[in-house]
Amino acid sequence: MKRPVIEARGLRFRYGDGAPALNGVDFRLDEGECVALLGPNGSGKTTFVLHLNGLLEGEGSIEVCGLPVERRNLPAIRRKIGLVFQDSESQLFMPTVLEDAAFGPINRGLSRPEALERAMAALKTVGMEGSAARAPYHLSAGEQKKVAIAGILATDPEILALDEPTTFLDPPGQRALADLLRALPQAKIVVTHNIPFALALCRRAVFFQGGVIVADGPVGEVVERFAWDFVAAAPLPPR
Amino acid sequence: MHHIVLDRWSRGSSAAHRLDPRAKIVPLLALLAALATARHGLPEFSAAVFVLLCAALLAARIPLFPALARAALVLPFAVVFAVVCWLAGDPARGLSLLLKSYLSALAVLTVVATTPLPALLRGIESLRVPLFLLTVAQFLYRYLFVISEEAQHMRKAAAARGTPTRPLASGGARFRAAAGALAVLFARSYGRAQNVHRAMLARGFTGRLHPLFDLHFRPADAAFAALASLAPLAARLALEKVP
Amino acid sequence: MVSPRGDTIVSNVILWGTAVHIPDGFLSTPVWATLDVAALPAVGYMVRRAQRGFDDAKVPLLGVMGAFVFAAQMINFPVGIGTTAHLLGGALLAYTLGPAAACVTMASILAIQALVFQDGGILALGPNLINMAIAGVLAGYLPFYLWGAGRWRKAAIFAGGVLSALVSAVLALSELLLSGVRMPLPILGVSLTLFLAAALLEGAITVAVIGALEKIQPDFVRQPRLGRPFALGAAALAGLLLATVGVLLAAAAPDGIQKLGIQTGIASRAQALFSTPFTGYQAAFLAAGWQRKTLGGLAGLALVYAACLVFGRAVARKRSA
Repeated sequence: MKRPVIEARGLRFRYGDGAPALNGVDFRLDEGECVALLGPNGSGKTTFVLHLNGLLEGEGSIEVCGLPVERRNLPAIRRKIGLVFQDSESQLFMPTVLEDAAFGPINRGLSRPEALERAMAALKTVGMEGSAARAPYHLSAGEQKKVAIAGILATDPEILALDEPTTFLDPPGQRALADLLRALPQAKIVVTHNIPFALALCRRAVFFQGGVIVADGPVGEVVERFAWDFVAAAPLPPR
Repeated sequence: MHHIVLDRWSRGSSAAHRLDPRAKIVPLLALLAALATARHGLPEFSAAVFVLLCAALLAARIPLFPALARAALVLPFAVVFAVVCWLAGDPARGLSLLLKSYLSALAVLTVVATTPLPALLRGIESLRVPLFLLTVAQFLYRYLFVISEEAQHMRKAAAARGTPTRPLASGGARFRAAAGALAVLFARSYGRAQNVHRAMLARGFTGRLHPLFDLHFRPADAAFAALASLAPLAARLALEKVP
Repeated sequence: MVSPRGDTIVSNVILWGTAVHIPDGFLSTPVWATLDVAALPAVGYMVRRAQRGFDDAKVPLLGVMGAFVFAAQMINFPVGIGTTAHLLGGALLAYTLGPAAACVTMASILAIQALVFQDGGILALGPNLINMAIAGVLAGYLPFYLWGAGRWRKAAIFAGGVLSALVSAVLALSELLLSGVRMPLPILGVSLTLFLAAALLEGAITVAVIGALEKIQPDFVRQPRLGRPFALGAAALAGLLLATVGVLLAAAAPDGIQKLGIQTGIASRAQALFSTPFTGYQAAFLAAGWQRKTLGGLAGLALVYAACLVFGRAVARKRSA
């Protein structure tokens, strides 16, 4: 029995203007598992992911690697789970690729030489060590995504959460990203609209609708049930 | 955009590039002060400084004429004042303005063209300039091109939508349209800043700023800094002695 | 900004008149040295104030908004036949980010402009910072701080935009004059007219952009507290304007204050009283003529400003009595 790295129970969240975003989400992720988060826009997928490292705070309970997501645990949690945002330009905010990859380790308290070493190792994992001295805005979308992933890997996480990673990538780029991610041992959560990508990468999928998870099972089945409409053929009771 | 070229030059690999930024900043300040305070023998001093800077640029393998042209950006402003001085009967001051402003700009360019901006900012930090300010400048530089590109896209889109044909009516409308475009750019930039902050938090940012860069001050740097700082001062003293 | 962007010669001239980044080699040593020294604590103070509240989002926010101002200067506002103007940004930043944050953002903009774009000198960075990042921003914020909460909000924003550009430009001009740069009266007149035109444009653009911003998201723009005493505000503004004009006058005619004394018939004893404190210092400390003029000018400015403060306080006290 694999140990869970994420356990969420009854997660609820409302935005500042009162709009409900999550209406009681239960979710579990085991170590090494890869799950796709599917669902229409505004169904709560990204909102849910932002709760996993404490960027948003809702009601209910979440535990990441056994730690409850509370203020005092955030530094540790943010090492355990790395978020790759949709907009790489805003994620790679340091002047060079190497500096950016080293940001996580440095903020963790590592010395600069150690941090740079980890950064280089992470860049090697994604195949971007040759671009260490380059500026992020010179990189292509695919290269930026790889460097963003390296920045997360540098903190040695157990979970990778990626929000719409294929948005700016062409099909060959998407394929390369899927291959890269498949080779990584960490547990993965991938928010995506890209069905072929989800099918290629994940074994399991959950379907968000109206702030709750309405389906959770093998990716092929979930995709087939919701197909093009992203609306359930027959209404399902919330889990 | 201008700063792309400078960015490229600053990532070169000559001996000048490898110097510690502090070893370039201190002599730069000494040279600027020497230029600013020069009164006697200015033409000779200027010639010496010009030759020195050209030699430095060539040694650093920076394209010479583009660099000289870039420093000349200060000239339109200086020429206007120089002409006014000349008309007011003080041509010596006019010439002084031209020489000093151009050579100062060239000197700054020489340093900036051989030092990547993060390293330069780190060097400035050792002059007790607040780290907060320098980090803000670093972020500014990082997103300068990104947001300028967004602004250019907005301009092109607006131009593609066409301008009204009646000039009088369009003046106010175009003004308001430009204000609206600026507001949209503001909102987008603000949103981007929030995204950057979120990304920083997600990677463990706690509000504490860290040093921007690694610097290693070697004996060679110290030697260069000492020599380069004293040279203009020596030249000035020598020229001041000559009546 | 001295960058080739204008479409016609006229707009180039207006651009030149809009933002005076002083290059190296123009200012005399006492001017740049004094202002470099003055800029350090001023900027340092603003940095500390901007960091208050332990809001760790400030660093990326100020950096990105600084990049915004750069990019915003690319957007052209049509102002007539073949002429365009562009935003400087000091007032806009103050109304959205707050005055201290605006000062720090402007400071980083000026630093990048000087280093990367050779727009403004390095020794002259102190004066440029004082002119545009400190005095300009604060002068632009003052009307908004005083009257931005009431029915005069739009007028306050306009006045702030005008003041921020005008004060920056006039201070720069004064520094140049103090340094002995020649400017015959007709040229001075043209310069001041251009500065005024550019300042009015800055006010108009700022009002338009703030208006558009409030439509997108009202809480982008700050809300100053209500209930600023009108008299105090008017006195502060008057003091600021007089001080700026005073600097200009003192710079343009360093002996003017003494001349003024003779012309308006101040008793000779009073005149002696006026100049005695300085004569003593001059004899003891200074040697060259230009130093005397500089000190006289700066002292004159300080006296004018002090007089305004006293006058302002007296008026305020009378009002509340």
